[in-house]
Amino acid sequence: MKGLLPDLEVIRKDFPILERTLADGRPLVYLDSANTSQKPQCVIDAMVDHLEHHNANVARAMHQLGAEASEAFEAGRDKVAAFIGAPSRDEVIFTKNASEALNLVANTLLWAGPRRVGEGDVVVTTEMEHHSNIVPWQMLAERSGAELKWFTFTDEGHLDLSQVDELITERTKVVTLTWVSNMLGTINPIAEITRRAHEVGALVVVDASQAAPQLPIDLGAMPEAERPDLIAFTGHKVVGPTGIGVLWGSREVLEQLPPFLGGGEMIETVRMEGSTYAGIPHKFEAGTPPIVEAVGLGAAVDYLGAVGMEAIHAHEQAITRYALEGMQSVKGLRVLGPLDATQRGGAVSFEIEGLHPHDVSQVLDVRGVAVRAGHHCARPAHARFGVQSSTRMSSYLYTTPAEIDAFVDALNYTRSYFKLD
Amino acid sequence: MSAELDSLYQEIILDHYKNPHHKGLREPFEAEVHHVNPTCGDEITLRVHLADGVVQDVSYDSLGCSISQASTSVMADLVIGKPVDEAMSIHEEFLALMQGKGTVEPDEEVLEDGIAFAGVAKFPARVKCALLSWMAWKDATARSLEESRG
Repeated sequence: MKGLLPDLEVIRKDFPILERTLADGRPLVYLDSANTSQKPQCVIDAMVDHLEHHNANVARAMHQLGAEASEAFEAGRDKVAAFIGAPSRDEVIFTKNASEALNLVANTLLWAGPRRVGEGDVVVTTEMEHHSNIVPWQMLAERSGAELKWFTFTDEGHLDLSQVDELITERTKVVTLTWVSNMLGTINPIAEITRRAHEVGALVVVDASQAAPQLPIDLGAMPEAERPDLIAFTGHKVVGPTGIGVLWGSREVLEQLPPFLGGGEMIETVRMEGSTYAGIPHKFEAGTPPIVEAVGLGAAVDYLGAVGMEAIHAHEQAITRYALEGMQSVKGLRVLGPLDATQRGGAVSFEIEGLHPHDVSQVLDVRGVAVRAGHHCARPAHARFGVQSSTRMSSYLYTTPAEIDAFVDALNYTRSYFKLD
Repeated sequence: MSAELDSLYQEIILDHYKNPHHKGLREPFEAEVHHVNPTCGDEITLRVHLADGVVQDVSYDSLGCSISQASTSVMADLVIGKPVDEAMSIHEEFLALMQGKGTVEPDEEVLEDGIAFAGVAKFPARVKCALLSWMAWKDATARSLEESRG
């Protein structure tokens, strides 16, 4: 099959969990990577090694271990900066997860500064967002008196760009959207929308949670007019650990935003009459940060970089194309999202007429096939298709065509189990 | 493999799923509630009509998986026509069965078709599905009782 990673079997050996079996000795077919990815041995080892040999708090312990821990933590930042081609490593802020990164932006935009969002302003988002890129903006709109407006999407799952002129106007202060939809899989035209938003002086915030694992991202290579101002993603979807997320922002914008959480590490001096704040990135990192998680994330993005994001993207497209073909052979199955693998990521949501997603995922699970069922934290997108929930399969760099075959077989078995024919 | 599935998807459950009893919203009613399962989005709108200390009617409109739909149908069968106290004790019995992690032996005298859900208790992710409508019924009944007292 064209496009597959040439060393797929070697790559699979890097992920120890893929060797385990489930009940009845069935091999694991893990098709839930958009939910969380599995971890290669090198990430596990880097975290264990850090805890065994270098553990100390960072930036405040003046002993040798403290220096080693600080160096390892900041090296994690350097690696993440390289992974996304950040113009400056100081523009990479570690958060708890992507949700916290998005909340950081939506909250600080309410509080102070030249970017402040207030009454009469407009914030634009889309109907295909994950709840974590909807709710913080609803809260901002509610608290500021700004109006929240929505891009809809077409029946094929693409943003309806005919609304651009109506949505992005002089009143628009923020445009926020997902790079790759976690439910539809759609890859959105980030450069084009950013250019339009920048023409009216709006800030562009991109949820890159599903894009960072799959698409090569080189922020420094993007023309400034087309480069988002802020992007957020999470560590655990890029083969890294949970408990750490990333907010990248341009230096100019990050310096315009007020601090988010107050506490240790984010200050310059503290006096009883008032405090002054550290520069970026530490201004946004109050308290002891996720240290071993940063070490693990650094190892994770190094691993993806060594395999090559272009190659991973090609692999995802090949597997997704194969999965879409197989799924369309299943009677009564409807894919929710684009059918062209070149226009989408590796998360494919679908419904099967006469079967509830819970029941589909239950039967698949008994056969060792792990998928997700439910609304995938994207209820508005489901409502747009007139469905309450769906089943979602999502592949990654370790997914094989044989696993897709097992998945499609299990779907047919599910139909026969519920006597649909 | 299908033995494990068959313990979950008993014939009785699949029958109720395909042909749910008492479905549809009806008048009269004293209380109407809307409950959702936030993890999967399953939802139910349920009405309760009580009179003379007896559950006269339970009517509902619902969307969800086979387990949640069948459970709603079985629950309506079990409580309609029963004195409220007795219906509440059936509710307790079903709750104990669902929360028993597969260790509770169901009493067919009390639960009738509800014993088919014994297997569900071994699937922790599905217990919420089976309980959605029962929790909605309890809530609606409590509100109906408050209504009549108020």
